[in-house]
Amino acid sequence: MTRLSNAFAKPHPAFVAFITAGDGDTAANLDALVTGGADVIELGMPFTDPMADGPAIQSANLRSLGAGTTTADVLQIATDFRARHPDVPLILMGYANPMVRRGPEWFAAAAADAGVDGVICVDIPPEEDDALGPALRAKGIAPIRLATPTTDAARLPQVLEGSAGFLYYVSVAGITGKQQAATAAIEEAVGKLKAATDLPVAVGFGVRTPEQAAAIAAHADGVVVGSALVDLCGEFGEEAPAKLEELTSAMVAAIKTARA
Amino acid sequence: MNDTPPNSFRNQPDDRGHFGEFGGRYVAETLMPLILDLEREYRAAQADPAFAAQFDDLLEHYVGRPSPLYFAERLTEALGGAQVWFKRDELNHTGAHKINNCIGQILLAMRMGKTRIIAETGAGQHGVATATVCARFGLPCVIYMGAEDVARQSPNVFRMKLLGAEVVPVTSGGATLKDAMNEGLRDWVANVHDTFYIIGTAAGPHPYPEMVRNFQSVIGTEARAQMLSRAGRLPDLLVACIGGGSNALGLFHPFLDDADVKMLGVEAAGHGLDGDEHAASLLGGAPGVLHGNKTYLLQDEDGQITEGHSISAGLDYPGIGPEHAWLKESGRVEYTAVTDKEALEGFQLLCRTEGIIPALEPSHAIAAVADRAKTMGKEEIILMNLCGRGDKDIFTVAEKLGVEM
Repeated sequence: MTRLSNAFAKPHPAFVAFITAGDGDTAANLDALVTGGADVIELGMPFTDPMADGPAIQSANLRSLGAGTTTADVLQIATDFRARHPDVPLILMGYANPMVRRGPEWFAAAAADAGVDGVICVDIPPEEDDALGPALRAKGIAPIRLATPTTDAARLPQVLEGSAGFLYYVSVAGITGKQQAATAAIEEAVGKLKAATDLPVAVGFGVRTPEQAAAIAAHADGVVVGSALVDLCGEFGEEAPAKLEELTSAMVAAIKTARA
Repeated sequence: MNDTPPNSFRNQPDDRGHFGEFGGRYVAETLMPLILDLEREYRAAQADPAFAAQFDDLLEHYVGRPSPLYFAERLTEALGGAQVWFKRDELNHTGAHKINNCIGQILLAMRMGKTRIIAETGAGQHGVATATVCARFGLPCVIYMGAEDVARQSPNVFRMKLLGAEVVPVTSGGATLKDAMNEGLRDWVANVHDTFYIIGTAAGPHPYPEMVRNFQSVIGTEARAQMLSRAGRLPDLLVACIGGGSNALGLFHPFLDDADVKMLGVEAAGHGLDGDEHAASLLGGAPGVLHGNKTYLLQDEDGQITEGHSISAGLDYPGIGPEHAWLKESGRVEYTAVTDKEALEGFQLLCRTEGIIPALEPSHAIAAVADRAKTMGKEEIILMNLCGRGDKDIFTVAEKLGVEM
């Protein structure tokens, strides 16, 4: 968790990069994200039924599972990443069923052993925290929650209770990789969230260009990009690392100028 | 529910939507406030006599309830054991029990001010029932259906279109019912402000499993009164087929506290439980989380969901309603499974003995009834929910029997 708080203590907003584990040469792709300047890595755990994801990440899930990726593979990718990059925070993101299949304690222990700093589980809301949250907290892994445009002021305290690492603001009511929310709406939402919590607030969903990233970075503590990177993995295969590094560098440069 | 005894089987779920360890609300945060709002509105509707009155009126005059309770005399003779009675929900408007739930949910949607309806469908029965109530109330309707199922169930696709629905073939994943449900959830999460999702079975996030069960409980409530009136006593055994499990819960739930009434849920064993080609989540699956609830799922050791198989497109969903998972673990209901081949035999048996062409889904229940009746005495009574008619299945059956149409 120290790695996560360090990442958000830098002089510029954090760039949070998502790719799906097992979709191409994941080790090379992750290294490219780090070389490009990513501050936080989100590693997607593939699932057969990614119901909160748009076409880009759905396809990445299918490519990964089609290549035979197992939970053991995902954990090995994390373990190897931690060995190569001792200081870069790594988060596992995915759906509940692969995480709880062998029991939440098993998953939390395996993730901790692999050097994972945080977990985002899309379909475990605060109401069902018992299914995974206590096990993660017991192992010092940050349960990172999502807030959305439908999370109203009355509900927000419940979302924040027991969450750690950072707060992930989903800027649009919808699936990943689609349209982006208006900057003004994001600014207002981030302001309300930051008034309610000391956790850093990272904003994602629909962020595809350095310009969009910069606009968000003007207000948020972090910018999350997933589908745009995942599309590169799908389109370029073995050639993806160079493309990932290029886009990441451009995003990071834009973010660093956002508050200048 | 307040008049149930403390050890009742009828007081589930708890206030968090849990049936024991099953059920719950495993949804993305975007949907969570909407799910909570839906529950509040449903509780208000439950407390409003006008809502019940409108529901009852539509069931009587539009759906054609109460459905008959029928003593299957020639089938009983052919089996040579217990008396077999049918609850005739296949005589409902649109030909199955699905419409009971759709009437309830669209009334709730309108009460909530929602102006657009979405639904998923597998075989197309729930899609047709949803399109029907949308036409009846003049609401636009989008039905998500796996591209594989669109190809297999073209008559129902045409029915939905005739009724004014937009049918969206889903090509993601395996292009079947679970993928259609994923796509329905994706639509809903992007259109939460104006859209109501009519889920077709007693599954999904709370309050859907409870709500669908309650709307479908008209089946068991009617049957219980009809049985007492006609036979002067309660049946010894209830039987119903199970995909998601709404017709079975509809029949079972009003009887759950009648300790002398045994219950049998019949899953689809496809080509057999010893392989992977079946849709028996309870008998061949394991607990997990999918589509908003914790329940038994067909899945591999990593928690990846596997595709179900059944001759009946209405049963090949890889999950099951969470209340069934709880009823199984509590031991109150017994579950068994019937293969494609046995279901096909049940289908033909009912055609020839009673002049009723059943859907392939309840044909599974018929096969189980045939098996059990022979082991029971002639004074004993089996009550089976005949939850759908077989017009939609004649092409599938012809193909399996090697008949050119």
